[in-house]
Amino acid sequence: MLIGNYKETYASDEAVFRTPAARWWMAALGCAAVAYPFVAGDYLLYLATLMGVLALAALGLNVLIGFTGQISLGHAAFMGVGSYVTAILATRLGLPFWLSVPAGGLAACAAGMVVGAPSLRIKGLYLAIATLAAQVIFEWVFTNWTSVTGGIRGINVPPARVWGVALDGDVKVYFLVEALVAVHYLLAANLRRSRWGRAFVAVRDRDIAAEIVGVNIFRTKIVAFMVSSYYAGIAGGLWVYFMKVVTPENFPLSLSIQFLAIVVVGGLGSIPGTLLGTVFMTLVPEVLKLATGLVRAAWPEAQSYLFPLRDVVFGTLIVVFLIFEPKGLVEMWNRLRRFFALWPFEK
Amino acid sequence: MSDGLVHLLQLLASGVVTGGIYALVAMGFVVVYKATRVINFATGEFMMLGAFFAWTAMVGLRAPFAVALAGAVAAAALVGVATERIVLRPLLGQRTISVIMVTIGLAAIFRGAAQIAWSGEYRSFPPIFPRAPIELGPVILPSRQFYPFLIAVAAIALVGLGFRFTRTGTAMRATADDEAAAFAMGIDIRRVYAISWSLSAMTAAVAGVVVGILGGISPQLGAIGLRTFPVVILGGLDSIPGALVGGVVIGVLENLAGGYVDPLLDGASVKEVVPFAVLVLVLMIRPYGLFGTREVERL
Repeated sequence: MLIGNYKETYASDEAVFRTPAARWWMAALGCAAVAYPFVAGDYLLYLATLMGVLALAALGLNVLIGFTGQISLGHAAFMGVGSYVTAILATRLGLPFWLSVPAGGLAACAAGMVVGAPSLRIKGLYLAIATLAAQVIFEWVFTNWTSVTGGIRGINVPPARVWGVALDGDVKVYFLVEALVAVHYLLAANLRRSRWGRAFVAVRDRDIAAEIVGVNIFRTKIVAFMVSSYYAGIAGGLWVYFMKVVTPENFPLSLSIQFLAIVVVGGLGSIPGTLLGTVFMTLVPEVLKLATGLVRAAWPEAQSYLFPLRDVVFGTLIVVFLIFEPKGLVEMWNRLRRFFALWPFEK
Repeated sequence: MSDGLVHLLQLLASGVVTGGIYALVAMGFVVVYKATRVINFATGEFMMLGAFFAWTAMVGLRAPFAVALAGAVAAAALVGVATERIVLRPLLGQRTISVIMVTIGLAAIFRGAAQIAWSGEYRSFPPIFPRAPIELGPVILPSRQFYPFLIAVAAIALVGLGFRFTRTGTAMRATADDEAAAFAMGIDIRRVYAISWSLSAMTAAVAGVVVGILGGISPQLGAIGLRTFPVVILGGLDSIPGALVGGVVIGVLENLAGGYVDPLLDGASVKEVVPFAVLVLVLMIRPYGLFGTREVERL
């Protein structure tokens, strides 16, 4: 019986997947992800692809908030930067997908560097408000710089091509998105145990102490901002090829808040938690939609309450998680795991 | 007087009107921040609720305006106390992200609840004030701007004086200054927290009614609450005079930009973005604002 998790080498202590069980679960998840499009219908496939894009951006936000403790209310704006750069490069210069998406990521990364710069002087609440300003200003630029962004009408983008194959079907886009999510998931999980990852956590936990042991706080914060907005930018680029169009309305403040909610509900600083949070926060509105659909026969007006009800449930989830489960879904999962690890001898 | 000058004065006047409303909201914001170090992202939603309360009292219960306003303020105070007691108190002393997120969550709840209760339709108050526009020298203000502005100014004066001269106001200032010392002097800190939140909700409700008279009510009215951020950052997060000055400055700047820059741009409106550009500048140059306390970190 498993009574503890003993590590005999540093390598096993540092491993990304710490137990054989974790490795098996991940392998099972990977197989399920590959098999999924052949089982699921169109709408479920759309949802899974959407979750992939959101999860990618949310992973970046978790690096910033969960690892480094810097709050960003402008994550959607970085995603927008990535989207627009990708779309413009793809339509005007005809760059292939494997250049335009990374270029979008790098552009977002540069934007993140600029927005992160005030973190030299300000932190906490003030930094949160500075990123809010970035969100408002970027959104304004997307809408009003008509000659470049196409204004409210946005930009239409042709499907991506990989090795001469057009990614025009939903299944192909799904595989593209999920493959990139898998790669970036591993990157983020590895980042955590790298030199930079440890510096991030040190800055979060006690910035002055981190500085004393030789962590350059400013550089660390800027890098955290860059990594986080790079993730958002890549997610934005994928969004372009997924939705085939990019408009300013795709990146409102409410999307930034959605990302924050994903991170908080999933578990601050937890990489698997981000995935859990994304799936959960995307499925909740769907469940609501199903529920209103079911009662429609008895109560036809239910449909009109769907949108406000979504707001209420969204807000309630955030509040309830913060008060009763501040470590998020991942903590619930861990508790469940511990319970079954000792079962049936738990007290 | 030349046309250009009249135009300028006109813009300044409507800027001051907008600024008065911002100042009122910002004041409630600052009161909460001073007492509890919480930034309330649900300020705009408190405004929206206040406006809907007053509207319901006037249209549904046929109450006169003064009674409706008083009722809305009282109801908002209850909501404020309940918010503090149920949601904020369990999170006292938690990480910044938790406190910010919980008020964002509250904002979503209020917005959704209001839409369920009052539907998403656009509504407006029945006529309250005499219709004749007010002439102040060369400047002409519509009555729906002038009288609500007076209400805002009166509310600001009332709160400001109360803060300065009443026993409760003194207790609140003492708590903001040094919580431990205030507690040792026998001030009930929890009561101060509750009062701060209800006061903030009350000022927001008045501001909401004012905005509702100016431009109609809908569950989206709370979006104006975002504009409070440039105001309080400019004035200083913990300064009440700062909130007043910041409010008027941002209001005037916004109107001047709208009046002079917008016609030059083709269809774009800088009005929405100017306050946030100011915000970024202030954060770069003087993050604690014009009148805020400079925070010094000690080991």
